[in-house]
Amino acid sequence: MRKAYLDHMAAAPLDPRVFQAMVPFLQNHFGNPQSLHSFGQEAQAAVEDARQSVARLIGASSEEVVFTASGSESNNFALKGLATANRDRGTHIVVSAVEHQSVLRAVKSLEKQGFRSTEVPVDASGRVDPDEVGRALAKDTCLVSVMTANSEVGTIEPVAEIAKTCRGRNVLFHTDAVAAAGHIPLDVKALGVDALSLAGDPMSGPKGSAALFIRKGVRIAPLIDGGIQEGGRRAGTENVAADVGFGRAAELALAEIDQRAARARELRDHLIDGLLSRVEHVVLTGHLTERLPHQASFCVRFIEGEGMLLSLDMKGVAVSSGSACTSKSLKASHVLLAMGLDHALAQGSVVFGLTSSTTRDDIDYVLDVFPPIIKRLRDMSPLYTQFLQEKA
Amino acid sequence: MYSDKVMDHFQNPRNVGTLKDADGVGKVGNPVCGDMMTFYIKVADNRLADVKFQTFGCGAAIAVSSMVSEMATGKTLEEAMRITNQSVADELGGLPKNKLHCSNLGADALHAAIEDYRAKADGRTAQAKPHEEGCACPYCDGTLEEEANVCRSCQIELGDCPHCGQVTNIHGEKCVHCGAKIEPD
Repeated sequence: MRKAYLDHMAAAPLDPRVFQAMVPFLQNHFGNPQSLHSFGQEAQAAVEDARQSVARLIGASSEEVVFTASGSESNNFALKGLATANRDRGTHIVVSAVEHQSVLRAVKSLEKQGFRSTEVPVDASGRVDPDEVGRALAKDTCLVSVMTANSEVGTIEPVAEIAKTCRGRNVLFHTDAVAAAGHIPLDVKALGVDALSLAGDPMSGPKGSAALFIRKGVRIAPLIDGGIQEGGRRAGTENVAADVGFGRAAELALAEIDQRAARARELRDHLIDGLLSRVEHVVLTGHLTERLPHQASFCVRFIEGEGMLLSLDMKGVAVSSGSACTSKSLKASHVLLAMGLDHALAQGSVVFGLTSSTTRDDIDYVLDVFPPIIKRLRDMSPLYTQFLQEKA
Repeated sequence: MYSDKVMDHFQNPRNVGTLKDADGVGKVGNPVCGDMMTFYIKVADNRLADVKFQTFGCGAAIAVSSMVSEMATGKTLEEAMRITNQSVADELGGLPKNKLHCSNLGADALHAAIEDYRAKADGRTAQAKPHEEGCACPYCDGTLEEEANVCRSCQIELGDCPHCGQVTNIHGEKCVHCGAKIEPD
């Protein structure tokens, strides 16, 4: 059966060049980077090279980069590590309403330790207004966290402006750039952020590879206590192969970022234009222009996402959905609800993520098979019947 | 995730549609909870001569509706009233734990249609059905307002089960849906 993998937001294929770079460290070069002998030193050199590559991708210096095991860990590290180490600045945290659960849940966890938080709303396109962040700041605000881009709706946030607001008020600012890094140019100096989370797997690196940038001079408390790895900021033997893979993926992303984005944007726009022109009552979610180049998300009226996802899967097309039924928690996406979508519309969520191997043929195939699926599900939907009756 | 039988009923649902001159109509669910079902029945000689449904919801919800319609067709009203969520789930070869509530909806929608028919036959209006406005409390079936922490009808304090994510008594020992142990905060 024909396959079209369009779920980049969940997982991206490993770049073969990244795989090649990793292989030696899964086979022969097994040394512990903390060992003083040649086996260890070889591994340490590889980890430090990788750190340099990750740092270069975001315009940081390598001692500002701490490797972690996932984007969620980086976000937890940033929120908990910065808040607890900088408690003398205050115990108030500001986040946006559309943050990843690893930010929102970390804040909930901090609330149990005496912190309090404010959630800044977003507009209908999922954008945070920097002035709203400014208004949310209190005398005891120690930390603000707003993501660089949202994977569910693709919207890119005005991070530089928010960072400027925070700097002016002497408040630390973290951004979750897991969905954005490697896909849009990022420079921590130009953005003016104090901390930034990024991960290797969304840029075709290996799973289990991620990092947190922490600006030099900013205090952070470790999540994992133990040895002196990562400058004492994260204990545990380095995952050398994953770090090396991340480094290579970052290097490739930096070199190819413009051509990848241009290619993805063209295919994405073909998908958006194609679907919106073929099917009525479909809404593009997220911002029209301030949007990740490889992301297209929609809400299809009168039907629910899981039915679409399963039906597309039977045609070999892999996508995601933010509908309640597709989530284990049976709740519609907090991102879509924060953007003001009603529950019924949010249930019709479908999210496409293009990978570097996506072709125009893939998109044409989706545009062929998806409209009949929508029609089939609408024909059995009581909401659609009701709509047709009211129209008549 | 789903059994072959569920996928078959999702892919090839039986009895989809509406009945213009239905003898009874039953509607349950709302988009906040994720699923909506409408059942239409035709009754002849106290038997379900025809059953049709429409469903807005996940694969399980569509499969459940299809299965309920198949199980109910030809049955007497009394037999149809004895179709339970469990018998529907069993017929489908089981449902994932977090989708069991879909089978509740299927049986409820059919029963609501029968109730509507009986009420019309008796010249009264059918009782207000649960699940109309918000999600239903898993303990008393009373209507829950969105984001409510306490059920207004039975006063049980509700929260999300950390295991399956569904609404349960946060002071209970076990989740009412999946049976996971609830740890006090």
